Amino acid sequence: MRPIIRRMARMAALSVLLGAGGTTAGWAQESQVGSITGHTDAGKKLYRRYCIGCHGPSGDGAGENAPWIDPKPRDFTLAVFKCRSTPSGALPTDEDLFNAITRGFVTTYMPQWRPLTAQNRTDLIAYIKTFSPKWRSGKPGTPIAIPAEPAPTAESILRGRQLFQRMECWKCHGPAGHGDGPSAATLTDNKDLPIRPYDFSTGTRFMCGATNQDLYRIFMTGLDGSPMPSFADQLKPAEAWDLVHFLRTLQPIETREAAIWRDWLNTHARELKPIGPGGGGR
Amino acid sequence: MVRRFLKAAAPLAMLVCAAMAPNPGGSTVAATYTAAYATYTHRIPSFARKYNLPCSACHTAWPELNAFGQAFRDNGYQMMNDRDSPIWQNPSYIPVTFRVTPNWHREGATKQPVDPTPGVPSCVSATGVGCVPRTLMQSGFDLSGMDLWTAGTIYKNISFVLLPSADANASFHFEAAFVRFDNLADNRWVNLKVGKFELDNLISEKRFLFLSGNGGVYQSYHFLPAGDANDFGLGDNQIGAELSGHSQNSYTRYGVALLSTSSGNPGLVSSNAYDTYLTFSHAIDAGKLGVERLGVYAYLGRRPTYFQTTDSGAAIPGTGTGNKPFYRVGLSGDFFFGDFELLPLVMHASDDKYLANATPSNGTLPAGAQAATWNAGFLEAHYYVSPQLVFTGRFETVRMAQQAISGTQKNLGDVDAFSGGVRWYPIMFSRAGLSWHTEISAVRMQGSVFAGSDRVWATSVFSGLDFDF
Repeated sequence: MRPIIRRMARMAALSVLLGAGGTTAGWAQESQVGSITGHTDAGKKLYRRYCIGCHGPSGDGAGENAPWIDPKPRDFTLAVFKCRSTPSGALPTDEDLFNAITRGFVTTYMPQWRPLTAQNRTDLIAYIKTFSPKWRSGKPGTPIAIPAEPAPTAESILRGRQLFQRMECWKCHGPAGHGDGPSAATLTDNKDLPIRPYDFSTGTRFMCGATNQDLYRIFMTGLDGSPMPSFADQLKPAEAWDLVHFLRTLQPIETREAAIWRDWLNTHARELKPIGPGGGGR
Repeated sequence: MVRRFLKAAAPLAMLVCAAMAPNPGGSTVAATYTAAYATYTHRIPSFARKYNLPCSACHTAWPELNAFGQAFRDNGYQMMNDRDSPIWQNPSYIPVTFRVTPNWHREGATKQPVDPTPGVPSCVSATGVGCVPRTLMQSGFDLSGMDLWTAGTIYKNISFVLLPSADANASFHFEAAFVRFDNLADNRWVNLKVGKFELDNLISEKRFLFLSGNGGVYQSYHFLPAGDANDFGLGDNQIGAELSGHSQNSYTRYGVALLSTSSGNPGLVSSNAYDTYLTFSHAIDAGKLGVERLGVYAYLGRRPTYFQTTDSGAAIPGTGTGNKPFYRVGLSGDFFFGDFELLPLVMHASDDKYLANATPSNGTLPAGAQAATWNAGFLEAHYYVSPQLVFTGRFETVRMAQQAISGTQKNLGDVDAFSGGVRWYPIMFSRAGLSWHTEISAVRMQGSVFAGSDRVWATSVFSGLDFDF
């Protein structure tokens, strides 16, 4: 065989091997979402097709596109996940990962993978779990309970606004929720990379969902790997709902909380002190 | 209409088509597009650069879209992550993609009417008088045309495409140019597109995996009986407006298009009539098998049969009148069985008797004139060894149901087509792509200028480096 033909044959063989094998997983894993069982082998092929460019062959978030992406892709080898239903520090459930893949992450490069079949997404979870030994030795935490949501009122929004002041949310998220608080520029994630607080004024959804329940869950579980802590020990459920109702008024979309707040402001705006150092009261 | 390898194949293609002109008995013989053109196929690395995704995220094997790519397209080339507006892009980002395919190919055709002695003219190819049948071959290194894609978002929920295309000699035309208003009233079921665009075909001829002279076109989309005045092709981009919508995962989709009768040619060259194209498809999540989609389509069109004239009978563009109807209706699907994909299509087609006999509606039809009707279909198969290696095959058939002149040999003009190939993508990442494409194809047509019982074969062998960046 002539050298160039040998070279091309080797490249073809390599391509086939890559296609058939892809990266090697340390061990087999399964995932379970409802009645669907996900498998590592199937997930590996899908990971190579959809995920490898950002998350990398080893799942460490060092894919070929990672240098150009901000925020950086998740490092699966650490098994630290922002969006969970489980308490801070615990592994997420398979459903949590499934939901994250399905919904994507607003204002990032992680798209919604909703068009993939549920089986595909479950297979991907099985493979993602092979990247960290934590999945071998540990089990997911127990999902937190989310109590029934009280109806939003002007009073609950006002109380939420006071909490936004008192819990110093504004220091990172900014007085108007623009992600421009005085501490914003100093924040780093668990890999010491700069991280920006969520800007409520540009995203139509939240990082971990679009509903009030999703926002409540974020308060109570925190976003592991980011400076956003869990407030499970500091906020009572009713207070968390108040905060939810207030944050809903900061979004660039029409929400029922925004409508209630707008009506209230029409007659009471002068009663409010601005949020910030020493402010936030009525 | 883009005719990608037209330049190279044109001389032979003309002969093949001529061979399908009226037969010695004078009756009409159906013609088909063979060895004449392969359409451009579309995929857009500028999107991959914008969103940092590999080609395989949106394409089963580029340029064919997978379910995720279909949803991206349906969303107006948006990921819907609140970062689609160009204001969020690095200012150095330019949404431009180039594509060209240097290649070697061989085209062949049997029973072609030629002069008995080369250089000594005696052959009238349209009738076969003074001709002898020969098998003709062409082969050599060649160049495709070029796509110069620019596409993306002008603003959140306002998308655009501008696609100047060139043939191999760099003669440009606008293959596509449109603006699309997405998610009107914050509703994904209401999207409005205006301009020149691809019809909403479930099985796209613009994004398929065949490039050869005979395989690079769906016969079903372009077949017309010989002598038919219609110029419509379901695979051709059209000019008009399209209202479309889709579910959140794009498993359910619809499209309603109002189109000029110009077959995609700009300049108001046809008539004041309009065509309508209706599509609907629904997909289901079939678990381990994949996404299974089934759709229906109906193209209801009209074409003028004569024009106002001046200066010794010269037709005045845009004054077409005596519009007569035609239609194309059918079912198509996209079915996955793991890494194996099947793409079936069936079609029933009809052209009015005036169109089918190329007769002005204010004129006299030939004796026995009637509408031409035919049935067509294909079954295409793909096997994805990996995102970087795919094997393809296709069988296609066209059967005349009713000839334009009664009493004409029933199977005259019937077509069978076969294609098979392999595409290997040694380079596939989120900045550019290169595919080594190899394909063979053959088209068998019933009837030649010499005899209706003849079977004319047109064959292609193609191997090229298909790259874009």
